[in-house]
Amino acid sequence: MASPSTPRPVLEAQDVRKQFPGVLALDGVALRLFPGEVHALMGENGAGKSTLIKVLTGVHPADGGSILVDGRPHAFTDPLHAQQAGISTVYQEVNLCPNLSVAENILIGREPRRFGLVHWSALRKRAAELLTELDLHLDVTSLLGSHSLAVQQLVAIVRAVDVSAKVLVLDEPTSSLDREEVAQLFTLVRRLRDRGVAILFVTHFLDQVFDLCDRVTILRNGRLEGEYPIGELTPVTLVQRMIGGELAALDQLSGRDAGEPSGRASAEPFLRARRLARAGSIEPYDLDIHGGEVVGLAGLLGSGRTEAARLLFGADSADGGEVRIEGERTALRTPRHAIARGIAFCSENRKSEGLVGELTVRENIVLALQATRGWTRPLARAQQDELARHWIKALDIRPADPEAQIGHLSGGNQQKVLLARWLLTAPRLLILDEPTRGIDIGAKAEIQRLVARLADEGTAVLFISAELEEVLRLSHRIAVLRDHRMVATFENDDSVTPDRVFTTIATGAAS
Amino acid sequence: MTPHPATDRASGGAGRRLAGHRLLWPALALLALLLGNLAFHHDFFAVRVRDGHLYGSLIDILQFGAPLILVALGMTLVIATRGIDLSVGSTVAIAGALACGHISTAARPGSVATMVTAVALALGVALVLGLANGLLVAGLGVQPIVATLILMVAGRGVAQLIGDGQIITVTSAPYKMIGGGYWLFFPFAVLLAAALVALTAFVTRRSALGMLIESVGGNPAASHLVGIRAGGLLALVYVFSALCAAVAGLMISSNVSSADGNNAGLWIELDAILAVVIGGTALTGGRFSLGGTVLGALTIQTLSTTVYTLGVPPETTLVFKAFVVIVVCLVQSPAFRAKALRRRRTNAPRPHKTAGAAPQHQEAGA
Amino acid sequence: MTTGMASAAAQLTRPFATVSPRTRIRIPLIVTAVLLVAMFGVGSVRYEGFFSSQVLLNLLIDNGFLLVVAVGATFVILTGGIDLSVGSVVALSTMLTAWLIESQGWPLATVIPLVLLVGAAGGTLMGWIIHAFEIQPFIVTLAGMFLARGLCYMISTESITISDPTTVGIAQTRLYGPGGLFVSIPVVIALAVLVTAFVVLHHTRFGRNVYALGGNESSARLMGLPVGATKIAVYAVSGLCSALGGLLLTFYMLSGYALHAMGMELDAIAATVIGGSLLTGGSGFVLGTALGVLVLGLIQTVVNFQGTLSSWWTRIVIGALLLVFIVLQRLMTGRRPAAD
Repeated sequence: MASPSTPRPVLEAQDVRKQFPGVLALDGVALRLFPGEVHALMGENGAGKSTLIKVLTGVHPADGGSILVDGRPHAFTDPLHAQQAGISTVYQEVNLCPNLSVAENILIGREPRRFGLVHWSALRKRAAELLTELDLHLDVTSLLGSHSLAVQQLVAIVRAVDVSAKVLVLDEPTSSLDREEVAQLFTLVRRLRDRGVAILFVTHFLDQVFDLCDRVTILRNGRLEGEYPIGELTPVTLVQRMIGGELAALDQLSGRDAGEPSGRASAEPFLRARRLARAGSIEPYDLDIHGGEVVGLAGLLGSGRTEAARLLFGADSADGGEVRIEGERTALRTPRHAIARGIAFCSENRKSEGLVGELTVRENIVLALQATRGWTRPLARAQQDELARHWIKALDIRPADPEAQIGHLSGGNQQKVLLARWLLTAPRLLILDEPTRGIDIGAKAEIQRLVARLADEGTAVLFISAELEEVLRLSHRIAVLRDHRMVATFENDDSVTPDRVFTTIATGAAS
Repeated sequence: MTPHPATDRASGGAGRRLAGHRLLWPALALLALLLGNLAFHHDFFAVRVRDGHLYGSLIDILQFGAPLILVALGMTLVIATRGIDLSVGSTVAIAGALACGHISTAARPGSVATMVTAVALALGVALVLGLANGLLVAGLGVQPIVATLILMVAGRGVAQLIGDGQIITVTSAPYKMIGGGYWLFFPFAVLLAAALVALTAFVTRRSALGMLIESVGGNPAASHLVGIRAGGLLALVYVFSALCAAVAGLMISSNVSSADGNNAGLWIELDAILAVVIGGTALTGGRFSLGGTVLGALTIQTLSTTVYTLGVPPETTLVFKAFVVIVVCLVQSPAFRAKALRRRRTNAPRPHKTAGAAPQHQEAGA
Repeated sequence: MTTGMASAAAQLTRPFATVSPRTRIRIPLIVTAVLLVAMFGVGSVRYEGFFSSQVLLNLLIDNGFLLVVAVGATFVILTGGIDLSVGSVVALSTMLTAWLIESQGWPLATVIPLVLLVGAAGGTLMGWIIHAFEIQPFIVTLAGMFLARGLCYMISTESITISDPTTVGIAQTRLYGPGGLFVSIPVVIALAVLVTAFVVLHHTRFGRNVYALGGNESSARLMGLPVGATKIAVYAVSGLCSALGGLLLTFYMLSGYALHAMGMELDAIAATVIGGSLLTGGSGFVLGTALGVLVLGLIQTVVNFQGTLSSWWTRIVIGALLLVFIVLQRLMTGRRPAAD
């Protein structure tokens, strides 16, 4: 096992900058990878992990800084260049062809040939050798698509290592694997490390970091937070460094905006979920949400926050457990069912699951209400204009033009339009998934105030955010998720400190 | 989705100006074509009244363009949902064959009642055909181009089967009215097409149908999450497309008083797709423009007329159409625009796809 | 399109979930083979003179050109694309050949390479537009279809009959085998094309890239495969095969005509689908396409033998078969990853 004292890093990024329209995604980030180490790259949403990986593997060119491979500077412009320089990537979504055999997937593009034709027997033999070397036993003639995702991932790694054996980037390889599959994957990763491959490992699972990795680089808000040997970190300190949060400042927020939930103790919960689950995305969880109450879901990215919320909206269907709304058992099979029961859901993916980019602000605002009425009962145009004007004013959407195409608005204003869409359906329960991500400070504060006001008026709110500060400030109750499990639920009273939440997120134990 | 280069995105009324903008180019193309004709035939714009009927090249364009307008009308809604309907040509042939077949075997071919049952029969069968397409697309999730290919292949056979391989000739004054008759100076077909366009525009824009179709085509995932039932809408647009094609088929067969299963509506699906694309509705779905489609259809019909008046073989219209398709598609292609733009500004950043992560523009207001 | 529909479809697929994927993609092929044998069997029982080797060979003689065209279409469909221009390119090739030989007096030996070049160049151009500007294949090849058919009419709106002795000589040559059985030269060419296509698709890097591209385009790109070049090349192959198919049709018809090969693109696509290729790409066999062509030819033969059946039944039966196979495919592959 190599240590950082090894003379020269095989891959080194220095002062990398990457600008996207409106966002400085990477700002002076550095990374060193040594041969024979497993190096974790950690960070929350928007920290810049995926951008850094894309820069390192040639998907996006960097705007500044340098990338050195074996000490020589490189500027990659496409993934092939990076591969040729010795950097291969295995993505969370397996990027192989399910319709080809295992052998072909390992060797396509580099097939052994004879007389200009593919030498099939040599190809199968070589593929089998590569697999056996790494102690994997598969029928190389079987179709890749006939194997589980885990096996496909292993095949992808075998391919990547055979293409170029210097640096292997694993981008969230374990997200959809079960425990045994993860163990199998780790065995392979360790074997590669022992052969001197440098492995950059991106994951959301803290246990896996401590289990597998030698060193950790942490990014936050596009900047380098630090590089640490794993021995210098505990789960709690790791989480603190990822989420950051000026702890002192957070303490001052103890007089939080969220007052007493209105009329909660008396009534039964608006929504009661029991043992609600969906295989592969969230393990069974219990949750009560009362009218006038803000329930925060805390946890790292990929901990199952979104997955838990989607079950309550019928966006994904649960395969276990039950939901009661106002005491009555309800099957939330599709969003339509949920909407009919007074539930609204703002997805975290504004563009792909929220906005209809070609429609106007007005149309996007009235869309959900119109959908519940069906096409035969249109809202009169005057009524639409009135609603649009009202909400544009109420939420201060700019430009204040109902007929502007929504694609042209800024992120914060788009988010407000989506909020308006759901607010005018007068929901009993509003699920907000990362409503403040990627928007400016002003809009963020407005949305936070709005959430507090809605709760005061009796709406139940399920609030999901990667920012602990927000969750602590707004929520009456907090549920913490970790590794697709809801590990703790507690009242957000004075005893709740950021440290306590950090600890729960990091260790799963509600101290 | 992609920012339109020529619109001022921050100021008021941008949407309305965009709408004006959408129709501007198709309208200019049509106008240029018409003026070009005027250069060759100085009486091209002349419209005369004879026997209480209007006559003239412009009227001809309207009359012969009416079936295409109808087929393109249905196609517009299908394309707005990200679909395509290749089967309309076959439906045209089947509807004509059914109606003519019914009239030719009826006891009193000339009666209004026979005409009405013939029309009802054709529309009824078209409804079933459209439903079959809709079921394959919405129910089974087959790609629209594949699903409608089936009827495209089989439909002509069915049309010939109905006519037993013969061209069915009919003599029925009431039936002749649909495609060849006149009413209030105007060809009845033109009035019928205009009425159906107006009705469709009214229904889609006054009810929420248009908006929901645009939403389903523009962003299916978001539409699902706001509770729109896409399945029903998809079935509806394929049924509507088949019905429009059937009416067009009635018009075509009525105009020539016969139904030719082999050639009626041949390649009309391609002309209709072309009309929709010229009219500014993108093949990728979303926003649709019925007015643009009508302009597109008239442009194509004028193109055919122009070729006739030029005296070159009418079939060579196809060559012109080929260039029109390519030019219009290139202009609509974001990749082409990006490449053209890059040539002008070498360092234009290429928009990248990270779902909802990076705001598209700098925070403007707050 | 929506999750609801997709999951309903997914439920429908469950009966097949136990079958291994490799077997599953072969089911349509097996069905086609069984269909072919059954049709031939029923035909032999019902019609006198049906059960003969020459009937089988005639299938090839009458459909050799379609086989070549369908082989080209298979390349495109394997990448998940579609080529609607093939029928028109066939017609243009017949027209160009007949016109150059008869009206311009060019020798056949010069005309053949020229026509093949025109076809391949047209295909390359379409492929380039599809790849470079990310425009849907169907609309680009639609333009190609218009253009080729229009160019036919620009050459002549009439049929041009070929009386050039070399051409007629080749067309009328019969290659005799044992027992007085014979085939035409185009049949030999068509079979050679089939074998070549098989070797290319299954034993060359280009062929494997075609499958990879159809399996998952973005994966193929990330695996460092030449996605753009492959995409352009399949349309070039399709154009080349269409031009060759056109030449074979010219020998078969001994004329060039703008109305030749009307709707042949549909026959080619139908043959490919009935031969077990997925229209979404990535899965299929060129030998299956040959079976598909034979099925189409056999339908035609049965309709002819029946006598009372009219020719349009061919189209209806093809449509029905297409429906069955497309629904079958849908159930086999189950849930497609959402297109959006």
